[in-house]
Order: sequence, then structure tokens, then C-alpha cells
Amino acid sequence: MQEIQSLMGGFAVAMSWFNLALMVAGVSLGVLIGVLPGLGGANGVAILLPLTFTMSQQPGGATSAIILLSCIYWGALFGGAITSILFNIPGEPWSVATTFDGYPLAQQGRAGAALTAAFTSSFIGALVAVILITFISPVIARFALKFGPPEFFSVYLLTFSAFVGMAKGTPFKTIAAMMSGFALAAVGIDTVTGQLRLTFEIPELLKGFDFLIAVIGLFGIGEILLTIEEGLEFKGTKAKLNMRVVLETWKELPRYWKTSIRSSAVGCMMGIVPGGATPASFMAYGLAKKMSRDGEDFGTGKVEGVVAPETAAHAAGTSALLPMLTLGVPGSPTAAVLLGGLLIWGLQPGPLLFAEKPDFVWGLIASMYLGNIVGLIVVLTCVPLFAAILRVPFSIIAPVILVICAIGAYTVHNSMFDVWLMIAFGLLGYVFKKLDYPMAPLVLALVLGDRAEDAFRQSMLGSQGSLGVFFSNPLVGIITGASLLLLFWPLISKGIAIARGGR
Amino acid sequence: MEDNKPVASVRVAEVVMAALFLAFGALVMWDSRRLGAAWADDGPQAGYFPFYIGLFIVVSSVANIFRALNLGEKGRQAFVEWGQLRMVLLVMVPTVVYVALIANPLYSLGIYLASAVFIAFFMWHLGKYSWTKIAPVSLGVVVFFFLMFEVWFKVPLPKGPIEAALGFR
Repeated sequence: MQEIQSLMGGFAVAMSWFNLALMVAGVSLGVLIGVLPGLGGANGVAILLPLTFTMSQQPGGATSAIILLSCIYWGALFGGAITSILFNIPGEPWSVATTFDGYPLAQQGRAGAALTAAFTSSFIGALVAVILITFISPVIARFALKFGPPEFFSVYLLTFSAFVGMAKGTPFKTIAAMMSGFALAAVGIDTVTGQLRLTFEIPELLKGFDFLIAVIGLFGIGEILLTIEEGLEFKGTKAKLNMRVVLETWKELPRYWKTSIRSSAVGCMMGIVPGGATPASFMAYGLAKKMSRDGEDFGTGKVEGVVAPETAAHAAGTSALLPMLTLGVPGSPTAAVLLGGLLIWGLQPGPLLFAEKPDFVWGLIASMYLGNIVGLIVVLTCVPLFAAILRVPFSIIAPVILVICAIGAYTVHNSMFDVWLMIAFGLLGYVFKKLDYPMAPLVLALVLGDRAEDAFRQSMLGSQGSLGVFFSNPLVGIITGASLLLLFWPLISKGIAIARGGR
Repeated sequence: MEDNKPVASVRVAEVVMAALFLAFGALVMWDSRRLGAAWADDGPQAGYFPFYIGLFIVVSSVANIFRALNLGEKGRQAFVEWGQLRMVLLVMVPTVVYVALIANPLYSLGIYLASAVFIAFFMWHLGKYSWTKIAPVSLGVVVFFFLMFEVWFKVPLPKGPIEAALGFR
């Protein structure tokens, strides 16, 4: 049980007053970000990333910085439920399924019960995922130490194939968005030959596109534009949450243990695969609806209908950090931003991180346990406060958020060009959202583009240009095979449907 | 102009967007060809990987254009209505002016003063607030950001004449 020992060491790192204070601050800020339109986990963390530069320079500072940022993430995950239940506005895509039963509950005056159920099941989902991370990630990291360029490229391929295979709409939009991300990542100086690529003699393009700018623009400005299109009013129900309601709901929750276990399992499985949180929440809701005794009444305000998607979404959101830590392949835009943070602080995510920086890794994992406990306490006690923020009129909130986005974009590289770029990405995000182009593949391709290309080129060099290298041993062959299966899944499933229909 | 009249249909928007992707993909391919997208003696050339990326963009855009042309009923729906577009522009235009005010070749206000003006304009134009409410909110937010970035976190942001007069550079 070496993991338990390492984890205890991690708790020793994470359990300082300073770090605990950071957790409270991070979670509160995260909930605030999750509640506000236009600010979510991904761009919230992206905007705050530059503020951690100085913090990470001190000894042990990188751990404190990641604790702050990951707690913002937990907070944002919790915060999404508040807007879904009280205002019927899903703050994040994976909270959409929470509105199905959460909002009807709130309309019946049971907002407190719905919120308590949402927060508690989020907590349980996260806890299951963190336990998974604790015990599985060292194994994967040890395993991945043997990875060479072909193995890494096949993992990247798997990541991106998963987006295509699990796309809601047409796979071609996913491919177009993703490949554009790769193309934007290629802009600038080629690391191998030193040649200028896609710069067209524009000096600003020399250093390439930073994905943090893309995240702030796509998710921030784009979201604000979509919100304002719907008009200026938020209509919500009042939130009352007192100890009595919380305890009553907690008495009710153990009844849904089967749903919790099922949803956690779905969440963890889907979370490791990129883009998993949103499908996981829908899948868990669908499964619960099918298997529960009152499945028929789902959608009219059932607590179980809140438990299922929230558990799965939080489990998925948390386990998305597993591939980021062990392989350096983020599973979600927010995980990608956290990965960007690690790189900026001079830490190389991936298998070596576990061997070289055990303090950092186990401090982070321990902080996941603590952060979620802190998060649960913060959200249960402060809901009315956060809900009140949504009652601040849009004509005040919107410009303040736009100012925050502009400052965030500027501080990434101290460049005004980036602020203009952010606006361009904002317009792109607005059109993307309206036409159902997915944004997550673009962001992840922008993050991983250079490394995927390096892995590809090194593999090709090793094999003298033969693609056979991606099937040269059982390990890489299985990963590549799985990627291809996922990549062509839209075609395969169509084929199956036709074959069935033909019979 | 009637507010719920469509500016463009979903079909038109889909085709335009896919065509833009197509152009982008073609541009990527063209530039990669310039760099050399083949296999040199010492391995793949600089344009090798991006060339195929561009090819993927082009192929998927063509598929998207065909899909958009066969959308049927959904394609005739409104992509954006005039009323919606007006609201979007109501946010977009001031934001562009705001960023231009922060730093430009003629007279830069710096991010703090520009932000105060921006928030005040929004509250006045969209919110119809009185100046007794606008002034404390816009100035308060900006002073908070100033303290947070310049004083506590020591992250320098673009500054203008007022900050210079106060001795911050």
C-alpha cells in the first residue's frame, strides 16, 4: 500500500493553514465563476493563471498554485448546479441534465432539497474519482514510463478520435474544428527546422497562438454574446438553504445508493476519455430514468434525477485530471488549462512527474480530497450569497466580465495583440455555439498540437516514414486500433443500424 | 426593421462558415507546400504535418457544405434575428471601442480609465442608471482591479495619463 503512504505525505504537504486558506478562496472564487455567465472553469482558471506566476516561484509554491487553481475548478463544478437549479440556466454544458429535475424542484419550492442533493452527489462523485486517481494513476504513470514517441502519438490519436467518435452532431464539424486547432498550433517557428510556418510575414504571429487566449475568447466573450442575445433578464427562484433542509435531504439520499454507484462508474469511465463530462451526465440521467422505480416521473422534479447527472458530471470532471497528470494528455479544456499552468511553472506533466516531483503530485491529490470537503461546506453555507450575485443586473455584470476577460488576455503575454485576438476568438465562439461546432477539440488540439506533431515526427524518423510503427508492438497496436475504432465509430454505428434495419 | 425578422438562415450561415473553413484549410495547405510537405533526407519537412491537417480541414468543410445544402426544414430557420443581432452589436461595438481606447497610436487611456468609461457607458446606455449609481460602481470596480493587479499581485497592466500623474508607470 505504497499509495496510502504517499497520500499521507501529500496530506502533510497540503495541510498548511496557507493552503487551506487558498482552498477556501479558490472554491469560493470558483463557485462565483461557475455562477457568472461568461466565466466558467476553463476561462476562469485561464484568467487567474498569470496571477500565480509569483506564487509558484517560492519553495513549495507550485503546489500552492495548483491547489488554488484546482480548487477554482472544483468550485466551478459545484457552481454550475446553482444556476441550473435556481435559474434553469446551465452554467456549464454538463449541468444541462441537472436542469431537467432540478428546476422543477425549485419551482415547487424545494430548491433547498435540490441544491443539497446536487452538492452532496457532486461531492460523492468527486470522491470516487479521487480515490480512483489515488490508486490508478501511479500504476499508469509507471506503465507510461516505457512509452516512446509512437506510444505517445497513439495516445494523442486516441484522445482526438474520442472527440470524433463521441460527437453529438456531425463528425465533420468536430474534425474541422479540431484540425483548425492543430493548424493554429502550427503557426510560428517550427521547433525542428526553425522555419516560419503560416506567419505570412506578420510579426505578431511569430510566437504563435496561445491557447489561453483562445479559451478566454471562445468560452468567455462567446458566452456573453449568447447570453445577451436572449435578452437582459435573469428569472430565478429564491434559494433558501438551512440546516433542517440539508439534514432532511441527507436522510433521503441513501435511498438512491444504486443510482450513485452507477453514475460514479459512468462518470469515471467517461471522464478519462476526453470530452466525457457532458455525455456522462446525460448517460447517467438516462440510465437512472430507465432503471429507477419512479423513472416515469423523471423531469417533474425528482431528487434522484438531480443525483444521477451531478454525480456523473463531477466524477467525470475529476477523473479528467487522471490522463493529464499521468500522460500529459488533458481530458477537458479546464484540465488543459491546468496543464498549461504546470508547464508555465516549469513542471513537465506526464509519467516522470510522479517519479521526480512526488511532493507536488501527492500534494495535489491530497488537496483534491480536502478541496472537495471544503467545497461542500462552502457551497452548502453560502448558496444565498452566490444566488444574490445573479440578481445583479446584466448591464453591470456584463461589462465587468468583459473587463476581466480583457485583463486576463493581456496578462498572458503582456500584449495588446492578444486582447484583439481574444475578441476575434469570442466572435468565433459565438458562431461555433450557434452552429454546433464543438470548441473543446479546437482548444485541446491547440494545446497538444506541437507535442502531437513532435511525437509523430519522431515516430516517423524512427521508422523511416513507415506508418507501420503505430502497430509495431501489441501496446501501441491496441491503442492505435482503439483510436481507429473510435474515429470511425460514427460510420460503424450507422452501418450497424442499416444492417439491423435491413433485416 | 422588425426585430424577429431573420438576418440570415441557418443554411446560409452554415455554408459561409464551412466556406471560411475551406479557405483556411486551403491556405494552410498552400503555405505548407511552400515550406515543403514531402519527405527529405533527414525526415519529414516542416510542412509535412500541417499539409495533411489542411487537407483534413478542406475535406471536412466540403462535407459540411454538402450537409448544409441538404438541411431541409432546419436550414430555413433563422440563424440570427435582427433584434438578437442588435443586442449582440450593442455589446460588441462598445467592446471593440474599449479595447481600442486601452492602447492605440493616437492617445491611449490605459486599461483602468478605459474600463471605467466602458462600465459607465454600459450602465448608462443599457441599464439606464443615474450617474449617482454609475460613478461609484464603475470607479469602485476599477480601483479594486488597480489594487489587485498593480499593488497586491504586481502584475503590470497598460497605464495611461492618470496613473502616470499618480506616479505609477
